[in-house]
Amino acid sequence: MAKITASVYTSHVPAIGAALDLGKTQEPYWQPVFKGYEYSKQWMKDNKPDVIFLVFNDHATAFSLEMIPTFAIGTASSYQPADEGWGPRPVPVVQGHPDLAAHIAQSVIQQDFDLTIVNKMDVDHGLTVPLSLMCGQPPASDYNWPCPVIPFAVNVVQYPVPSGQRCLNLGKAIRKAIESYDDDLNVQIWGTGGMSHQLQGPRAGLINKTFDNAFLDRMIADPQGQATVPHIDYVREAGSEGIELVMWLIARGAMSDLNGGPAPTVKHRFYHVPASNTAVGHLILENN
Amino acid sequence: MSLEKNYLDVPGTTIFDAEQSRKGYHLNQFCMSLMKADNRLRFKANERAYLDEWSMTEEQKQAVLTRDLNRCIAAGGNIYFLAKIGATDGKSFQQMAGSMTGMTEEEYRNMMISGGRSADGNRVVGEDGDAQAHRQPQGKAGNKVSN
Repeated sequence: MAKITASVYTSHVPAIGAALDLGKTQEPYWQPVFKGYEYSKQWMKDNKPDVIFLVFNDHATAFSLEMIPTFAIGTASSYQPADEGWGPRPVPVVQGHPDLAAHIAQSVIQQDFDLTIVNKMDVDHGLTVPLSLMCGQPPASDYNWPCPVIPFAVNVVQYPVPSGQRCLNLGKAIRKAIESYDDDLNVQIWGTGGMSHQLQGPRAGLINKTFDNAFLDRMIADPQGQATVPHIDYVREAGSEGIELVMWLIARGAMSDLNGGPAPTVKHRFYHVPASNTAVGHLILENN
Repeated sequence: MSLEKNYLDVPGTTIFDAEQSRKGYHLNQFCMSLMKADNRLRFKANERAYLDEWSMTEEQKQAVLTRDLNRCIAAGGNIYFLAKIGATDGKSFQQMAGSMTGMTEEEYRNMMISGGRSADGNRVVGEDGDAQAHRQPQGKAGNKVSN
């Protein structure tokens, strides 16, 4: 049977992708950001999953205002890195896992979450920056990401976005779905986005270290409590775009301790301000 | 019963809800069109003519022509869509975000390096933080002059 071995949480700031792609990682501004992921890259090599279930949001790339799915699961065999206006990021094509994705779609819909099923989708920085941070740039000799990825896009662009509680419950449903898949797959679930940031209006540039660190604490020890925090608290405390953090609760809901098992082990925790307009947060939790 | 909108009293902030989305539909879809290189070229060659191909209000068109992102947002724009205009102009997210504060690029960048804008005084309209209406513009760039 397939099982979820670990969850990874990280910001997905587009400027991080640009810094990587333009060779700026050694600049003093960026050095501390990438230093925070050195442990993570080694951990990925030591704990290579068979599949990554990657929760992210599309930033007006694959989804315009023509269609705005709240939850969309990618069931395609591959996904092209998107041209977001600067040309596509120079990273490998993302390979999907259509069998497991279709299995999850069927199971999760039967658990009363109405997923949109997507068979064609370009993936933007929300998905590729976490892969770059965790996996580094694949060598030319083997120009692939380490494993297939199931993209799971959440609407956090047009308000109202799904509540924290709904996200946590969805994570539980995803766990059930994965654990009922016959093949012995080692699956990681990643939650991305955040941390505090606001990209609009005279309040642009808002950062709240106190809120962010309390959020990291609660993601570890009290995710159920964090799930009850209403949207307006994220907006006031963490900025209008800080609302992306609800996506972390989907990954957290899929962990053992929220489904009758033991608490996870914290393998890594990192926080840094700033990356462009944004606070960068990162956690790795392993199931026991 | 009317909808609960408990996010209307956050200073310097417009939440992109269904109402804003409806208002900004054509403006945001125009922005999406700039993801194609051919359209970027046509837009750059004659911005006014390109905008006239869209069912946008005159206010929306003027907001785009003057690159006044606060005005674009008031007219229903969303920053992730408006970012396509920035990309067409070769601007980073930081330059775009900063342009809405009245700060120069350097002032905004320095604020971020120093830890960003504090939430204190900026949670609710009527407090005294730097994002409040009575404290605009915040820097030497001043307010954009609208046509």
